[in-house]
Amino acid sequence: MHPSCQLCHEQPATVHLTNILDGGEKRERHLCDACAEKEGVLPKPVNVMAQLSAFVETSKGSAQQVAGLTCPQCKLSFVEFRNKGVLGCPGDYDAFAKALVPLIERAHQGASHHVGKTPRRLGVARSTDGDLIRLRRELTRAVDDERFEDAAQLRDTIRSLETT
Amino acid sequence: MNVNDIMSKPGCWLGEAGPLSDIVISSRIRLARNVAGYPFLSRATHSQRNDLAKFLRERLEGSRFQSGFTYLDVDELDELSCQVLVERHLVSRQLVEAKGARGVSVSDAQNTVVMVNEEDHLRMHVVGPGMQLDELWTVVNELDDSIESEVDYAFHPRYGYLTACPTNVGSGIRVSVMLHLPALKLTGEIERVLRAAKDMNLAVRGLFGEGTEATGDFFQVSNQVTLGRAEKEIVSEFRSTIVPRIVEYERMARQALLDEKSRALDDRIFRSYGTLRHARTISSEETLLHLSHLRLGVHIGRIKDVPVTVLNELFLETQPAHLQKMHGGGKLTGEQRSAARADLTRQKLGNA
Repeated sequence: MHPSCQLCHEQPATVHLTNILDGGEKRERHLCDACAEKEGVLPKPVNVMAQLSAFVETSKGSAQQVAGLTCPQCKLSFVEFRNKGVLGCPGDYDAFAKALVPLIERAHQGASHHVGKTPRRLGVARSTDGDLIRLRRELTRAVDDERFEDAAQLRDTIRSLETT
Repeated sequence: MNVNDIMSKPGCWLGEAGPLSDIVISSRIRLARNVAGYPFLSRATHSQRNDLAKFLRERLEGSRFQSGFTYLDVDELDELSCQVLVERHLVSRQLVEAKGARGVSVSDAQNTVVMVNEEDHLRMHVVGPGMQLDELWTVVNELDDSIESEVDYAFHPRYGYLTACPTNVGSGIRVSVMLHLPALKLTGEIERVLRAAKDMNLAVRGLFGEGTEATGDFFQVSNQVTLGRAEKEIVSEFRSTIVPRIVEYERMARQALLDEKSRALDDRIFRSYGTLRHARTISSEETLLHLSHLRLGVHIGRIKDVPVTVLNELFLETQPAHLQKMHGGGKLTGEQRSAARADLTRQKLGNA
């Protein structure tokens, strides 16, 4: 059985304080949460997580940056990639380059450049690829929002890019 | 051609014998490709996924290379048919288990397959009996060229062909051989071979590839590195170093068993033969074990009256989905399957 609070004599005492007075005399107080708070004797809450992340941020600034990476085209974050193991779009290879290269090198015996077959046709790695992905996403959104005029315009733009 | 037609044929990789086919059951090369301008499948919307499937199906059906191919819409197939395709190694479990628009184009000879919307937009592979990787590379390379003439691939000047998983990036190639290594397993030396393979950055898997453990006597050995090494270099390493070395180990182990433990070896082979010829009910696992011993017996000349083609048919047809298809496609209980399996092996091995 818990002793009851020395102040309200109703709630069980959950805060136990031992003050050592100037003369070396000990003074014990047993209070409930509510009375302890009123008395202002509760220790200030310490946000351990905030301290930790602040520490991580200062000591590992680059790791934080890497974790915060998001692909501008498909909106996949690097953290999501690490959890799932698959990338969201071809653009991720550039968007995550800094974080991805060490992983790629580890998986491929230190290699980070392609050797071997390349597509015969020129213009395959087109600069419009990223635009196409972005436009298609906007098209989906436009259709979802029933903005059909925008959608029609987007569709035309996509078609013209596809045929170039 | 539908799944039933596919089933009525032996399937290329278990058909006739190929080079080194006493040990190398089949060779396989696959390439992973993605269409430029589209997100990978994990980020593709429902309509993008449909667009991709439609676009790729049209290209595959239209391409000159693809005459003699059948496109199967996997989303429309029943579960049993899907399972048959998996058991024949035509498609991956991943393709079957995925959701949404996806499909597979299969050649009449069942030696060339293009999967649409698996992990990557395109996964094409060619397979052949025995050791014939150089030939397969020529075929898959041409297939890739022919598809590329109509499809813009996602390609990066530094990283090469871009894939959903960075472990495939670069050439997107997976070269693999299916090996039958019963003697190495019996002598316990398989562990050394597996360790050596790992040291060479090779993956060793079981009969059904990715996600299956290397249990039993069948091992699939494949490359893991796809970046920084040309396709031909990987193929040539398999041809000139990896496969010959493992084949030699297995042959030495077979010889050692014949020299030192021939009675124990014969006992094992003939017990397996006896079981398959007389069992009234048998599990697929037990069947596989005995077929492996029987295969060894045939290749070391101990069993002379069983053609390898019959063994190969049994490998395929004793699997659960094949058995059910052959029994009219109705659902069979495990017990009924075991009985049907035993009946089939007895019949094929010529005994009542």
